[in-house]
Amino acid sequence: MKAKHQRLILALVALVALIGAGLLAASALKDEAAYFYAPHDVKTKGVEPGKAIRLGGMVVKGSLKRASDGVTVHFDVTDGKATVPASFKGITPDLFREGSGVVAEGAFDVGGTFQATNLLAKHDERYMPRELEGMQYDEKSHKMKVDR
Amino acid sequence: MIAEAGLAALWLAASLALLQLALAAIGLAGGKSELLGAVRPVAVAQGGLTAVAFALLITLFLRSDMSVLLVVTNSHSMKPWLYKFAGTWGNHEGSMLLWVTVMGVAGAAVALFERALRRETHMATLGGQAAISLGFYAFLLFASNPFARIDPPAADGQGLNPLLQDPGLAFHPPTLYLGYVGLSVAFSFAVGALLTRQVDAAFARAMRPWVLGAWILLTLGITAGSYWAYYELGWGGWWFWDPVENASLMPWLAATALLHSVTVLATRDALRAWTVMLAVVAFSMSMVGTFLVRSGILTSVHAFAVDPERGTFILALLGIYIGGALALFGWRVGAVREGAPFELVSRETMLVVNNLLLSVILGLVLIGTLYPLLTEAFGHKVSVGAPYFDRIAGPIALALMIAMIVGPLTRWRRDRMREVTRRLAVPLVVGGLVFLTLAALAWGRIGILPFLGLVIALAVGVGSIAPLWKRNLRRTPLFTWGMVIAHLGCAVSLAGMACDSALTVEKLVAARPGDTVETAGWTLRFKQILPIAGDNWTALQADMEASRGGGEPVLIHPQSRFFASPPTTTTEAALLTRWNGQLYVVLGQEADEGRWQLRIWWKPFVTLIWFGGFLIALGGALALVGRERRGWLLKWRARKAVEAAA
Repeated sequence: MKAKHQRLILALVALVALIGAGLLAASALKDEAAYFYAPHDVKTKGVEPGKAIRLGGMVVKGSLKRASDGVTVHFDVTDGKATVPASFKGITPDLFREGSGVVAEGAFDVGGTFQATNLLAKHDERYMPRELEGMQYDEKSHKMKVDR
Repeated sequence: MIAEAGLAALWLAASLALLQLALAAIGLAGGKSELLGAVRPVAVAQGGLTAVAFALLITLFLRSDMSVLLVVTNSHSMKPWLYKFAGTWGNHEGSMLLWVTVMGVAGAAVALFERALRRETHMATLGGQAAISLGFYAFLLFASNPFARIDPPAADGQGLNPLLQDPGLAFHPPTLYLGYVGLSVAFSFAVGALLTRQVDAAFARAMRPWVLGAWILLTLGITAGSYWAYYELGWGGWWFWDPVENASLMPWLAATALLHSVTVLATRDALRAWTVMLAVVAFSMSMVGTFLVRSGILTSVHAFAVDPERGTFILALLGIYIGGALALFGWRVGAVREGAPFELVSRETMLVVNNLLLSVILGLVLIGTLYPLLTEAFGHKVSVGAPYFDRIAGPIALALMIAMIVGPLTRWRRDRMREVTRRLAVPLVVGGLVFLTLAALAWGRIGILPFLGLVIALAVGVGSIAPLWKRNLRRTPLFTWGMVIAHLGCAVSLAGMACDSALTVEKLVAARPGDTVETAGWTLRFKQILPIAGDNWTALQADMEASRGGGEPVLIHPQSRFFASPPTTTTEAALLTRWNGQLYVVLGQEADEGRWQLRIWWKPFVTLIWFGGFLIALGGALALVGRERRGWLLKWRARKAVEAAA
């Protein structure tokens, strides 16, 4: 095989691999990228059950309840404009509590309850999920302020 | 005075880097040989000064000098000494100083120990290394000074993030950085060779040990980091596709591709331009990773603080260095002569396949990692996690593993299809048998990826030792052993991943002291829960007895620790390692009156994942020693021959 031809073939193979990889990435991203929703977005745009998303907001005070199995929690998530019910089975992060921010990964079930598979709470004093930046809970009025 | 001395050492090192760059540039451009003679001593001095600055920062941390801002914000006088020491790099400024130190020391090593490279290329390489260092000195001195004082001194420090207070902090970041930043040497080699237009087999032979060295350390660093995250976070996983994990994986993928292409260039003088390109890409990925980590632009457990200004600074450095190197590549690639041609059925082709697949995985991981940034620019908040990465990386990695069986059994330059197939017979038969056995036992009960993973792992396991078949093992070169062991390590690691993914049993319960929990053949008796105290923490500790199949019970102690400074709770999982897996127990919160949450995993053969990673690094080390030893032997024999002739 001539060297010129070889270079050409290698370049073609690389090009095909590049395009293939691009298409693969595009299709996988379309299916698997989890969009961030605040409760208000859920109410206005609608999310089909089973579609993996991230739900972010504050845990409503007085809504946190533990089921009798001792490892499932039910709570409501609010962004001040809308509230949605959620539940999670597992060990909750230490800074997950009523009135504090949470980002829940999971999907809605057919009944409209968000089934979280993972909870991200504020990590420590210095760290906060980026999605919650700009959301603040007003202690006096018990309302969420969102500036985005 | 220590802090001032450290800062002075840094400024001096930066000035020397400027001098080193100027000497190399003027010397090479003007053909002034006497200037070039000064480059090496300057590089050594520069490396020495960075080491001094780093040692001084460690001293400040060990002495808990509360007049230094970095110590105040990241340390505490009551911390155990190991974490005072390792805490030096458990923060932004300290880790950037470690980065610069590794870069300076690596440059000094190239100045001292590199003997195979032609003189001009050697000098151009050192000039390149100085040029990259300069940008990071500027970043350190103008945007992240680790030696800044505060007045008046603080009474005590704010402490170190408790998740980092673990022996892992002493090992994982330095090893990772040695590999990650060590790749800058390959980058400088590529820049140097492009400048002097000397890209050939001799250049590749000179570059190979540096690439191997960085790659070994990177492999160890990633393996250690994975195990650390596994036991420290208490989530039971060993890889989370966190942006920062991806930031270490991407340079590793590029370095692995480079390692294979540099061998093609060294052995067969082919893939010249491509190898140079990969050397540029590998360190570029390290810099992209640093940008992602240090700017805090992506949500990650590794992001210490969100600081857009620093992000912009690193982004500018990225633009200059990556853009500059790519421009140089585009300008000079025409001057790189074509390498030797090869046949379609040959070792070279298989290594091209290896490079292609690794590059595709690298590209897809990069796209997935950066995609959230892209969509955020358009106002959508998106996260890309395990579902994406598993789906794209899994199948391609398996294809890569299959290529790994074929490659070493194919001859250089040209081979015959029939011969290759004949050599592949044994691994193929083993793979087929495993496939049939597994299909009969577990079809439909385990996922398709873990299923194929197990089949391919066993086939690769057999295939990786096949190159030793019918060879005199004692006369087999050490670097061939290195390849065999590194490939075997891949098989071992893959087997561990597949077993963990397919066979893990998880149980989540709330239990009272006195209760017994049964899972996966284990019996756990929850005896009591007690408060205990450590150096700088208090904890609730569960005393449990674990036994299997009526065997002797073993005491295990999962804890929930509370640190006062900074106020944080961490879980300390209890791990019980057996030859065929690990029992992993996490103590959660008090569920209600007297009941405690327990999360229990039985993870069959999970430890193979890290054992495989260790084997891969060991294989790299054998290859490195083998190559170097052969070089010495050849030189020694040549000298003997000259002496005998005289």
